[in-house]
Amino acid sequence: MNRFEYIRPASVAEAVGAAAQPGSAYLAGGTNLLDLMKVGAYRPERVVDITRLQGLDRIDWRPDGGVRIGALVRNSDLASDARFRKTYPAVAEALLSGASPQLRNAATVGGNLLQRTRCPYFFDLASACNRRTPGSGCDARLGENRLHAVLGWSEHCIATHPSDFCVPLAALDAVVEVEGPDGAREIAVEALYPLPGATPERETALTPGELILAIRLPAEATAVSRNARYLKVRDRTSYAFAVVSAAAALELDGGVIRKARLALGGVAARPWRAWDAEAALAGAPASADAFARAADLALAEARPSGENAFKIELARRLVVRVLQQALEGTPEAMPALPASPFALTSGASHAA
Amino acid sequence: MSLSISFNINGQPRTVELDDPRITLLDLLRERLALTGAKKGCDRGQCGACTVLVDGRRINSCLALAVSLDGAAVTTIEGLADGERLHPVQAAFIAHDGFQCGFCTPGQIMSAVGLLAEGQAGDDPERIRELMSGNICRCGAYRGITEAVLDAQKALDGSNRENAA
Amino acid sequence: MPLETPAPIAPYRRHGSNAGQPLTRRDGELKVTGRATYAADNHPEGMLYAVTAVSSIARGRVTFLDVAAAKAHPGVVEVLTPANRPPLAHDPDKKLGMFGFRIEVLQDDSVRYVNQPIALVVGETLEAATEGAALLNPRYEVEPARTGLDNGERYAPAAIGVGGAPRTAYGDVEAGFAAADTIVEADYATPTQFHNAMEPHAVVAQWDGDHVTLDMPNQALVMSREAYAAWFGIAPENVLIRSPFLGGGFGSKAILNGPQILAILAARLLQRPVKLALTRSQMYGPVGHRGRTWQTLRLGLDGEGRLTALHHRSIAATSSFEDFLEPAANASLYPYASPAILAETHGLRLDIGTPGPMRAPGEASGSAALEAAMDEAAEACGMDPLDFRLANYAQTEPGTGRPYSSKALRECYAEGAKRFGWAGRPLQPRQMRDENGLLVGWGVGTALFPCPHFPAQARATLRADGTALVETAGADMGQGAWTALAQIAAEALGLDPDQVEFHSGVSSLPDGGVAGGSGHTASAGLALHNAGEDVIAQLAELAINDPASPLFGAGNIGVVARSGRLRRRDDETRSETYVDILTRVGRGAVVGTGRMARDEEAARTWAMYSHGAVFAEVKVDPELGQVRATRLVGAFAAGRLVNPRLVRSQYYGGMIWGLSFALLEEAVADRRTGRIMNADLAEYHVPVSTDAPSVDAILVPEEDAYVNPLGIKGVGEIGVTGTVGAIANAVWHATGVRIRRFPIRMEDLMTRR
Repeated sequence: MNRFEYIRPASVAEAVGAAAQPGSAYLAGGTNLLDLMKVGAYRPERVVDITRLQGLDRIDWRPDGGVRIGALVRNSDLASDARFRKTYPAVAEALLSGASPQLRNAATVGGNLLQRTRCPYFFDLASACNRRTPGSGCDARLGENRLHAVLGWSEHCIATHPSDFCVPLAALDAVVEVEGPDGAREIAVEALYPLPGATPERETALTPGELILAIRLPAEATAVSRNARYLKVRDRTSYAFAVVSAAAALELDGGVIRKARLALGGVAARPWRAWDAEAALAGAPASADAFARAADLALAEARPSGENAFKIELARRLVVRVLQQALEGTPEAMPALPASPFALTSGASHAA
Repeated sequence: MSLSISFNINGQPRTVELDDPRITLLDLLRERLALTGAKKGCDRGQCGACTVLVDGRRINSCLALAVSLDGAAVTTIEGLADGERLHPVQAAFIAHDGFQCGFCTPGQIMSAVGLLAEGQAGDDPERIRELMSGNICRCGAYRGITEAVLDAQKALDGSNRENAA
Repeated sequence: MPLETPAPIAPYRRHGSNAGQPLTRRDGELKVTGRATYAADNHPEGMLYAVTAVSSIARGRVTFLDVAAAKAHPGVVEVLTPANRPPLAHDPDKKLGMFGFRIEVLQDDSVRYVNQPIALVVGETLEAATEGAALLNPRYEVEPARTGLDNGERYAPAAIGVGGAPRTAYGDVEAGFAAADTIVEADYATPTQFHNAMEPHAVVAQWDGDHVTLDMPNQALVMSREAYAAWFGIAPENVLIRSPFLGGGFGSKAILNGPQILAILAARLLQRPVKLALTRSQMYGPVGHRGRTWQTLRLGLDGEGRLTALHHRSIAATSSFEDFLEPAANASLYPYASPAILAETHGLRLDIGTPGPMRAPGEASGSAALEAAMDEAAEACGMDPLDFRLANYAQTEPGTGRPYSSKALRECYAEGAKRFGWAGRPLQPRQMRDENGLLVGWGVGTALFPCPHFPAQARATLRADGTALVETAGADMGQGAWTALAQIAAEALGLDPDQVEFHSGVSSLPDGGVAGGSGHTASAGLALHNAGEDVIAQLAELAINDPASPLFGAGNIGVVARSGRLRRRDDETRSETYVDILTRVGRGAVVGTGRMARDEEAARTWAMYSHGAVFAEVKVDPELGQVRATRLVGAFAAGRLVNPRLVRSQYYGGMIWGLSFALLEEAVADRRTGRIMNADLAEYHVPVSTDAPSVDAILVPEEDAYVNPLGIKGVGEIGVTGTVGAIANAVWHATGVRIRRFPIRMEDLMTRR
């Protein structure tokens, strides 16, 4: 880890002022930042510790039924908040399917949004990576890319965004509240992540010094609380990043879908909102045919970025499944294995 | 640069002069405070061997900057037993052979203590497995670990009932 | 019925019954309180920290290291490079005994694999040394990396594994195939796997003149002591290795490696204690791995489903400069009866670190392919896989015809099938679903592991107070040696384990041999047993020749030792305590010695193996292809079990390793550069708790009067064998898809909708 200046600002304004200088990084939970610094993929000159900033660790319910989640709320605290779990179950399920209990206890929701890609070429300093070193090239493109993007990638970068949390957030129209040197603004979660294009080094829409203060989930998204799921396919049963994941939520009117919300994870440099699929589902009967059509639409633009064509078909099947699960309804209790295809597996136990 | 921080470690207040802001909680414990129970298995939050409690919550101490934890209360494996009397989780790990080489064990045990405090698993072994999945045991002692956590849960439930009575 | 404790075994005299008890670990309290001291937990006064800088290329030369930048970092004390590395007494490009591999210790600027040490940075703090190493920013002259079958160099090896034969032929294989009704042939590939013991390789080295103390995890203390002495040009007795606890080894901590030697060298150069601990990613190179294999199995079968010929061919990858080859093909020489067997291995040189023995070397990867092929053969014959294995049951050792010293494999099949519920398994695949629609499949595999013994010595001291001290330089990497070996010694001494102080894990003690080959308990155990017997014999001599003893004159009848007393064999009421005997003759202690010894004639006459049968249930998501091994049941017979509790744990661990092999582990190297792109524990997947929801082991009783005087076989590695195949076969049974490349991945199983 490189040497750095450690700053502990007393206010948001002080934090923004310190971090606006080039080479600055915010430190919150540290679970991603320290990892990147240890590997050397990120070498900030200045670490601005925001963990002591007041008022950013609250979950505030708004009069309209929506919620404002302070950026420093820990993943585990949000996921275990009873009202949140009931109101936004797919978000809670996504949170609980990510990382490990220890990491969820440390990681903050704001930091989760800003975690960097898991692309091994991004982490490997000897590899060319446009995201880490602009203009150096992309060694992942012709490298080991089984887990890389199938949507929205460019010749310059085929990395994916690893967050589980962001996937249902994108589906539910979450926005982030940002404070920066030029004042406050709001950004939709989906828009927080520019697609790589020719400038993959622009990993987020944030400008230097901008700090996420909160995430807001709108009241409208509570209409799907009873039919919202997150499903995540992994190479290991737990404690693994998604190969592909999906969040789905349905507003039903009898057997007809009034409104659908659908987003994919692990397939692109952003949580991938499937707008066309949603549009096709709206007003359609909640049927296997409709779900299959939605899946085709969601992946219509997909193309392999390497040896990962299977992810396209996998994502299609996952969309069908998660829509089916959403139709069946949000389970009463959080599954023992959140978001897992084996969430309902019963019986097997050596310790019963 | 010298940074002074005050901790409570295993019930004892300590003030530490850090000569370097890069020091992680794990390296502070292991290399500067002679508390070597927490182990460095990966140093990247990928194995759980460094798990300790900070303000009662289990975290990976390898991914926490010590300087950022000024004022925190830290509990490590060294602070778990009550004198010579083992914590119920420790005793259960021995009884169920919940370890082999023992290297991941302090982290497993601290994680289990954190899990029991979180109260999300109940007596469901599948939930215990899921909530212990951040602690890798390469020896494959998972069966004993799960049984030990279940057993400790029962023991703690029992003692809580006694205390309540 | 499986018994927890097998009955005593003739013809050996037995004292008491300590062994066989499921005691908890003697080191349990130390381990659960954090007081067990692993190498990197040591912190001598004035200690420095060493960090290796490692290569990012697979082949070529280091042309530049920014030593000035590293040294300019505050707290960096020294940078060792090929330019200033002090001399070593041994040429690193020469072999040093069977386990002394050629290694990289900055002897020149060449690079032979990724993650090879290319410099060592020493600092006052870990933070300084770590950043110092990062600041070296090496530049290279890069040569193309040889990374696979297409560009590696094939060669015909002289030996495989550790001294194994590269080609073994029994009978006429071609004639066997010519006579076959059915021939099944299939190719299998196994990946590069890394031991990934939880404890990274570490050393704390302290010099005092020409004496050095090394705190390090070590699976072969006395052998390593000799080797370090040779490397540093000092007498073996000047090297003290302390390895009271190993945080796992699995074969990776028996062989010397460059980074540890460089740290020891730095400690001598700087005249201060030095600690080095590899980072996790640095373990993917210089400290061994299980080499990749490409295997072809060809099975000839007659009309009754019996093998007429078995041909197992393997290509095994090794480094460009050393010869360890995963002896996978040889795994087919032992489990099944066949009139003709041919096992052959070819070498493939790649620009990789040298592979080495990793838990069940050869047996794991070879039995993975063999058991999968046996399943394909069973399918071809329309037979139940278990019936098919029984039809090919080896009554005597294939090839040699030697009888087995013991073989309760039939009981393993039967007990395992019963516990698992094998009966009623549909023959055809894709017939079973659970209540949630997941595909369910059941598979079986035969487990087998040989019974190697290693030279070992021990000392036992019976003290005047009736307690004993027993000593051997053994290694406990988690298998439970500290407990099981003490039980064996206590039994030999006729004492309770609590009365026996057990010292081990230090190289100054009598040579405890190697903790490997699943042979440590038998080998060091025999030495301890014999040392205990020596003590008892001396004690008996004192008593039976002493007119004041109630045992006087019992010489021809003999005595037995139990519960701290010697007793007349024909009349146990006539007895005397050890304390009384020693007190009367005024002896402060009786010291006995022993070594590993067994009847070598018996070892030649009898074929000796541990056996087992593993049954696996998997569930597979029919669309998504994600797999979970929901149930594993292993039934194993391994002679006399010293401590059933610890034996179970070994079986569980072995089966979980098998699960990991089948479904998870694979180091993914970039084909262009050879760099391993998942050299960590986040993306190189080893199992977590949810991967193994149900693991069960049946201890099938087995008496073995020939394997050694204790009747002990090995239990540490057999669990890996059989399990890989059982899971792969269960995946087929669930899905109808044969996956011949490990690990099995979801995309392999997405072929049907």
